[in-house]
Amino acid sequence: MTAPHTTAIGRPDAGGGAPITTTIRIRLRTPARLRNLELLLLLVALGVGASAIALVDLGALGELDGAMLTLAALPAGLVLVLHVVERVVAPEGDPFVVPIATALTGLGIAMIHRLDIAEGYEGWSAYAVRQAVWATIAIVLAITGLVLVRNHRVLQRYRYIAMFLGILLLLLPVVPVIGETGANADVWVRIGFFSFQPGEFAKILLAVFFAGYLVTARDSLSMVGRSFLGLRLPRARDLGPILVVWVLSMGVIVIQKDLGTALLYFGLFLVMLYVATGRGSWILIGLALFAAGGWLATRMLPYVQGRFANWLDAFNPEIYDREGGSYQLVQGIFGLADGGLIGTGLGQGRPDIVPLAESDYIIASLGEELGLIGLFAILSLYLIFVARGFRIGVAGQDDFGRLLAVGLSFVVGLQVFIVIGGVTRIIPLTGLTTPFLAAGGSSLVANWIIVALLLRLSDAVRQQPHAVVESGGAA
Amino acid sequence: MNKELRRVSVLLLAMFLALCASTTVIQVVQQEQLQADSRNTRTLYASFSVERGPILAGDTVIAQSVPSGDEYKYQRVYPQGELYAPVTGYFTIHGENTGLEGSLNDYLSGRANQQFLDRLNAILTGQNPRGATVQTTIDPVVQQAAWDALGGLQGAVIAIEPSTGRILAMVSTPSFDPNLLAGHNQPTVIENYDKLLAADGDPLINRTIGGALNPPGSTFKLVVASAALQSGDYTPESQLPNPQSLTLPGTSTTITNSEGGACGGGETVSVADALRYSCNIPYAELGGALGYDAVDEQARAYGFEDAFAVPMKVTPSVFPEPESDAQLMLQSFGQGNDRVTPFQMAMVSASIANGGQLMRPNLVERISAPDLSVLEQFEPEMYNRAISSGVAASMTQMMVANVASGAASNARISGVDVAGKTGTAQNGTNQPHTLWFTGFAPATDPKVAVAVVVENGGGQGQSGFGNTIAAPIAKKVIEAVLNR
Repeated sequence: MTAPHTTAIGRPDAGGGAPITTTIRIRLRTPARLRNLELLLLLVALGVGASAIALVDLGALGELDGAMLTLAALPAGLVLVLHVVERVVAPEGDPFVVPIATALTGLGIAMIHRLDIAEGYEGWSAYAVRQAVWATIAIVLAITGLVLVRNHRVLQRYRYIAMFLGILLLLLPVVPVIGETGANADVWVRIGFFSFQPGEFAKILLAVFFAGYLVTARDSLSMVGRSFLGLRLPRARDLGPILVVWVLSMGVIVIQKDLGTALLYFGLFLVMLYVATGRGSWILIGLALFAAGGWLATRMLPYVQGRFANWLDAFNPEIYDREGGSYQLVQGIFGLADGGLIGTGLGQGRPDIVPLAESDYIIASLGEELGLIGLFAILSLYLIFVARGFRIGVAGQDDFGRLLAVGLSFVVGLQVFIVIGGVTRIIPLTGLTTPFLAAGGSSLVANWIIVALLLRLSDAVRQQPHAVVESGGAA
Repeated sequence: MNKELRRVSVLLLAMFLALCASTTVIQVVQQEQLQADSRNTRTLYASFSVERGPILAGDTVIAQSVPSGDEYKYQRVYPQGELYAPVTGYFTIHGENTGLEGSLNDYLSGRANQQFLDRLNAILTGQNPRGATVQTTIDPVVQQAAWDALGGLQGAVIAIEPSTGRILAMVSTPSFDPNLLAGHNQPTVIENYDKLLAADGDPLINRTIGGALNPPGSTFKLVVASAALQSGDYTPESQLPNPQSLTLPGTSTTITNSEGGACGGGETVSVADALRYSCNIPYAELGGALGYDAVDEQARAYGFEDAFAVPMKVTPSVFPEPESDAQLMLQSFGQGNDRVTPFQMAMVSASIANGGQLMRPNLVERISAPDLSVLEQFEPEMYNRAISSGVAASMTQMMVANVASGAASNARISGVDVAGKTGTAQNGTNQPHTLWFTGFAPATDPKVAVAVVVENGGGQGQSGFGNTIAAPIAKKVIEAVLNR
């Protein structure tokens, strides 16, 4: 391969002036190159996961008990199947998202396995065993999604169905019979033996809806309205959608007692609205609305007050000791502190002291045993993952695809911020899962579906002739 | 759209940077503070999971860690718990560690700065970190002799090597078994602790260096005599007024000598004789004549008012400023508000024994790493020159006479010149006396300085005396040292 071609490969949007022949040659060569890069990264990611599980065995048991490693080979094998499927149905998909999701899922399984050992869970009651099975299911669903959805624009057609399904899923936990009241937030649904967190799926459906809706409605949302103090204020009737989403978020806070989910959806909507319309006034209106709602909630809802008190005054013995107090928060921080810069080493710390160490608090567990260095590595992985999604947003041709990519990747980034920010006391602690890492099938499946969608969207970007990239980018 | 995306990217980057900052603050900046929080059970587990170093007295192991097979990995064991409890203290999951377990915790658990490389090495090689070994200065034979001599009495004995400051024995009774507090079952430990806390005679208190201090009684006359000789205005032969009784100035309180009557036959009595017969009135007059400042300066020169660390913290002994001349006179023979530890009175004797030089007392001979490299080695260190060598010689003579032909007769050992001073302190009208002895031997070449306190009148209410109860105990401790 000659040098000019290589230049064009890394930046498909930069080759607009190149002769047609060059473009064709690149299109013939690039897929194999991208997929080979992905395969290389994938092998590294699988290596990271496998060695983490092995180190947990050695650190916590003192010997290599291969059972977990054997079981984890199942999702690992399926990730390779996904890779092969990509070569056929999404040859130009982004080469980073799958390796990153694989590495994080592997690290998650390793840490959950470590906590199982500490708690003495074995067999089917071991969270890690279930997590590995869920990872398998999640990857199968990702493969299925990638094969079925060959053109993402189809999704735009179903935007209102997505909205109804999304809202329905959000409301499920409060439906009598099937809704489950958990420790804090009512975010679980149980049907027979099967229980899941519908909110995790709702975030995808809502992203689809927001993208579809905003693409059609953004002209009226961005063009009309009076200017005031340098801001172009929207017309009163255009306030409808944001008010609906606001009411929905407040409903989640009040009825489901779930601060984190509400923040997640509202933040998602606000960012997508801003990206679609380019109007800063929406951000201000949205923040004002959420601040007002949040302020009302802190005044009227005892559980929100409790969360704020735990956050602001965590080390106060009174708050630490009381029911629903800051015990978990403080113990998580102690765990992190014990990890220090380099961590205690896998299997060598005491992450099991913190309640819910394998789900809500997995990041504190990882921070304790892998140290600040390990946390920075994990944060970098998330940041690259989100950046890959934003890249689609920059380079994409159709605005629906661009918005959807931005929405899906932003929601992952925001969720990471809400969880880790809660654990480390940047914001009040809320019960969300850390994407890919935390124990829980719903979260794992939902996030792997996001992986599949990002693959599909990024493949679509690169499948386009470069000339279209140029014109599409002007929107 | 791209402009907005760039802004959202910046926002997202800011959010991730905030996460980097918050984790850095917790894991690096505030790490030590968080690890020191008493609610941080990880620190506790960590301190239990290292193989804590043993504590030795001579060749005798007085505290060690053995594998426990539970989540704490090691169990702390005290083979002769009660005997050595004041030295070792206890290592517990409930509350603070005491004794050497508390003050040398960093070394014993391998966390001291000098052990950093060992710790790093242990991490890299995957070995379990091990704590350092603490070799105490305690002589097991002397410790046992002091324990046996105290018998069932409530009190304390401390023995110091005057030339170096090494603490040879540290016994406090009633004592307790630290094994009761070193268990891993927290409710049981708390129950045991509460029982010990409520027990008669406060067994958890190390009376040699702390607790509720006692008035020194006549042993304090050593300080007043030193101040007098040190001033240059007095010699041992200087004469003091010798009335049968004395009404303290400005009060109706009358004081007498302990035997009643005058001190010897004459109109006056010498400084030396008044010490030998342990007479209160001449020393009240002497203290009054010297004034508070002179006596206080001498007391501080002997270590009063200073917080020593042996390395456990020692409660400072006090000779507080009196409100009146009457108070000063009372305090001059060890009554009033004077409060002292046996540790302090042993330092007075040790100073006199060592030609006036007070060596800083210490309990730790050596701290060595698991690979036997020495981390800390005891080096004798002078605390202060308390008195001149001339005054020390005079004081020695007076104290020898005190044992040979005076009020401390029960400390006599045949063939050895013992220097000593008894004390019988009053605690109130109907309260039992506190009985004292402090001294050293042999007078010519001192090997040991001791202080003995027996509280609660030695079980004899107000009829026990320092000479009848405390002096024989000191004698046995001195014999134990000299017979080695």
